[in-house]
This record gives sequence, C-alpha cells and structure tokens, in this order.
Amino acid sequence: MQRVNRQPLVYLDNAATSQKPQHVIEAITRYYELDNANVHRGVHSLSQRATDEYESARETVRRFLSAAESREIIFVRGATEAINLVAQAYGRANVAAGDEVLITALEHHSNIVPWQVLCEEKGATLKVIPIEDSGELRLETMDVLLTPRTKLLAVAHVSNALGTINPLREIIRLAHACGVPVLVDGAQAVPHLAVDVSALDCDFYVFSGHKIYGPTGIGVLYGKSALLDAMPPYQYGGDMIRSVTFLKTTYNTLPHKFEAGTPNISGAIGLGAAIEYVERLGLTNIAGHEHDLLTCATGEISKLPGILLIGTAKEKAAVLSFVMEGVHPHDIGTILDQQGIAIRTGHHCAQPLMERFGVSATARASFGLYNTRQEVEQLVAGLRKVREVFG
Amino acid sequence: MAELSQLYQELILEHSRAPRNYRKLATTDHQAEGFNPLCGDRFTVYVQLEGDTIRDIAFQGSGCAISKASASMMTQSVKGKTESEAEELFQRFHNLVTGRANSGGDGDANLGKLTVFSGVAEFPVRVKCATLAWHTLRAALKGRQAPVSTE
Repeated sequence: MQRVNRQPLVYLDNAATSQKPQHVIEAITRYYELDNANVHRGVHSLSQRATDEYESARETVRRFLSAAESREIIFVRGATEAINLVAQAYGRANVAAGDEVLITALEHHSNIVPWQVLCEEKGATLKVIPIEDSGELRLETMDVLLTPRTKLLAVAHVSNALGTINPLREIIRLAHACGVPVLVDGAQAVPHLAVDVSALDCDFYVFSGHKIYGPTGIGVLYGKSALLDAMPPYQYGGDMIRSVTFLKTTYNTLPHKFEAGTPNISGAIGLGAAIEYVERLGLTNIAGHEHDLLTCATGEISKLPGILLIGTAKEKAAVLSFVMEGVHPHDIGTILDQQGIAIRTGHHCAQPLMERFGVSATARASFGLYNTRQEVEQLVAGLRKVREVFG
Repeated sequence: MAELSQLYQELILEHSRAPRNYRKLATTDHQAEGFNPLCGDRFTVYVQLEGDTIRDIAFQGSGCAISKASASMMTQSVKGKTESEAEELFQRFHNLVTGRANSGGDGDANLGKLTVFSGVAEFPVRVKCATLAWHTLRAALKGRQAPVSTE
C-alpha cells in the first residue's frame, strides 16, 4: 500500500482517473515485451500477433457495449476526441445555418465546446436542456427545445460533477420521435453501470479508457454503422486509405476510415484487459458496492455541520460533490491530502454547471470498485479535521 | 501534519475570514483582474496612485483561504509604498513562497507579517494561490488590459 504524506493513500478521485489493475499493467507489458509491432501492415508474425490483439480488443469493446458489429467501434484518444470527431465529421456535414444543436446544463466542457464551435462556424444555435436544483434534467422542456431545426442531441450518461444518471431511454425516445440523432458521453458511466447501446438505441456513444481502469490515451467512439459510413473521415493518413494516387484517394472501410496513422496499440490492448477485469467482477456487483459506498458517504457527510451537497438526484453513480460553509474547496483538498486522502476540487471542467449552482468550485469524492467503507470513514474523519483547522 | 499548521497559520485564517481592504475604491486609476482558470479563483485589485506611490489599494473577489489572505495582507503591506518598493516586496514574497528565500525562509525581516506565508513553500501547488493577488497588482500597475493568470 502506498503512503502519501506519510498516511496510507485513500484514492477518491476515480471520476478524474482510475488506478490500474495488475491485469491491465501486465497486458500492456506483455505486448511490449513479446508482441510489439505495427498493426494491419506486416506479413510477419509479430505484426500478425499485434493486429490480432488490437482487433480482439475491439471485439471486447463491442461485446461490452452490446454493439451490433465490431466495425462500429472506433479507437480514439478518449471521449474528448470522440466527441470532436463526431462534431467535425458528422456535425460539419449535417449542421447548417439556422440549425440547432441541443445539449444539457450538466455537460462537461468536452461535450459543450466542440458543439459551440461547430455552431459558431455554421451560424447554428446551441440550446441547453435545463436542470432542477437536484441535478436532474428537466425533460419536460424537451418538447419545446426539440424543433425541426435540431440536428443533434448530445448528453452525458452520468454527470462528472453531480453524479446524476440521466434517463437515457426516455431522452433518446423523445429525440428520435423528432428524428434527432443522439450522442451519449459515457465517460462517467461505463465504469459504474452496464451499457447496452443496442437497447438504448443511441446513435453515438463515447468513453475514455482511463476512467474504466484502462490506460490513458485510448478511448472509444461507437456509432451506428449507417451514420459512420456516411461520414467523411476526421483525419487523413496511413491505414485509413484504400488507394492513393496524386490525383485521387479512396478511403478504407470502417473502422479503419477513422483510425488514421499508427493507433495506440498498447492502449487498446490495455483497455481490452480493463474491460475483461470489470466483466469478471461484474458490473452489477460493482454498481451494488459503489452504491453502498455512496449511500454511506452521503449519509455521513450530510451529518457534518455546514455541508451542502451539490447534486442530489434520485439516480446517482459514485460521485459526491459538496461545499463546506466558510472553507474553500481547495483548502479542503489540501487538508485531506495531508491525511493521504485524494479528492478533486475545482470546477470539474463544468463551469456553466458551477454557475448554475452559484459556486465557483466544489469538493468531489468519487468512488471506484476498490474503495471501501473504511475509506469512507477516513474521508469523514478527514473532513472533521478540516473543520478543526478552520474553526 | 505539522506542515498543515505551518500553512494555515492563525493570521492567515483570520485574514481569510475577515479580509482587509475588501472593497472597491471610489476613485481608481489602476485596476486589473486576476483569474486562475483551473481553480476558479478570481480577484480584482484596485489601486490609486499619487505620483508613483500607492496611496490606496483594495480588492474584491473569491478564492481559497491562501489566496484571499494573501490578497488582504498584500494590500496592507504595499499601501504607502512606491511602485518599485512594491515590486521588490513581491520578489521577496515570491522567493519566500517558492522556498528560495536567501536567509532561510522566514528570516527575511523586510517581509514583516508576510512571513506567515513561508509554509506555502511546502505546498508547490498552492504557490499560485499565494501569488495571484500579487500578479494582479503588477498587472494593474502596468496597466494591462487582459486578465492575468498564475496557472
């Protein structure tokens, strides 16, 4: 066990990134030690092995998301790149002057700014589904906000700052009833709850590997094949072409059309291993355990004097955001860190959301599958210490 | 956790709870905004000069205990000083909080009460909190328009 500031580490910043299981680290090491070669290129054995492992990771992701075909799984750098890919490749081809893109008030900057820039470029309008004080979306406003000009709805599955689990089935049903495709930012969802993109019927689903116990620099864009097929490439280069002459280039088929250049091979293999790890434990078990931690932490922390919870939706996942009267979140963060407890403090890349709640920052504890009730108790004791310091 | 009591000294906590010169000046000839985009701390510093002497100084904004106490104590320290004296004080303060003070941390007599910030040197990520108001003051004196940041 690692010590931080001479205290045993209590890592409660899983919504920022998760720690990596040995199984994942070993998979990456094994690839580099034994199978390192470029993919989709060589006829030699090593290249074949690397290609097999890379493509096998894609199949693991397909199964994990219950996607229809593995060619609907595109490896990218992370959720951010996946959203940018859709904004650039799908958005630029489908959004025109006077059109609208719909997002929600609880989005991460990565699911706001790409759409904002697209709208600015095209002369389109960005519209926002508002939220209740509890952090739940006001779905009744969708009637008015979905119009014949709406070209896309982009929504988080789980809010990174509040923990709210959005009712995706209902949202997607309402959007589809108006003929609007839906992109789901699943970065905060996949580590905590089972996702079935076929049952959800979402058009795009994105997530990052590092939040689900995989390495950084790898993530996934799922898209319905009909949509992906119709989209122009996002980047150009090796691997994504079928034939190149100086006059004309034709593009490779899915998924390679969207994977220009040598991909993050070890990252994909590491992500595959992380998903296997999560599947072995079972997302139902993980969700049950984390729900227990969240309930316990919510109960204990609410009892402390001067605490205000930010985000009290009925359906929540593994995130506890709060402010403490008279103490700035950064001071909470420093004092907890001195006790070996890692939490996130700040605006969580969701400044419009912070503004909505009238705070500049919050303290956020977020749980992962390896956290324990004892660590929750340490957090509560740590917060008592904060109160002691600040009086 | 001795570092903790070094950082959050009573004088710092007291200033963060009841910051001095926390207002807008009626007449201001220099002002600037300081903003740390990564943490959201935001202060405006107002300065009234007489020749090159800081006749009055005040600030407003929001931030952590360290940044607010630092802004408060800065206004007390530089009031009545010339621009070059304030700049020299900033350099000494910067050396203190980054652990580069030449005479062993809180030994710098010229800093007066500001030596309570010596504990910041043990917390590198908090240096930007302690220096935000100072960078904002420098920007105000130089008449910069764009908000400054210590990120």
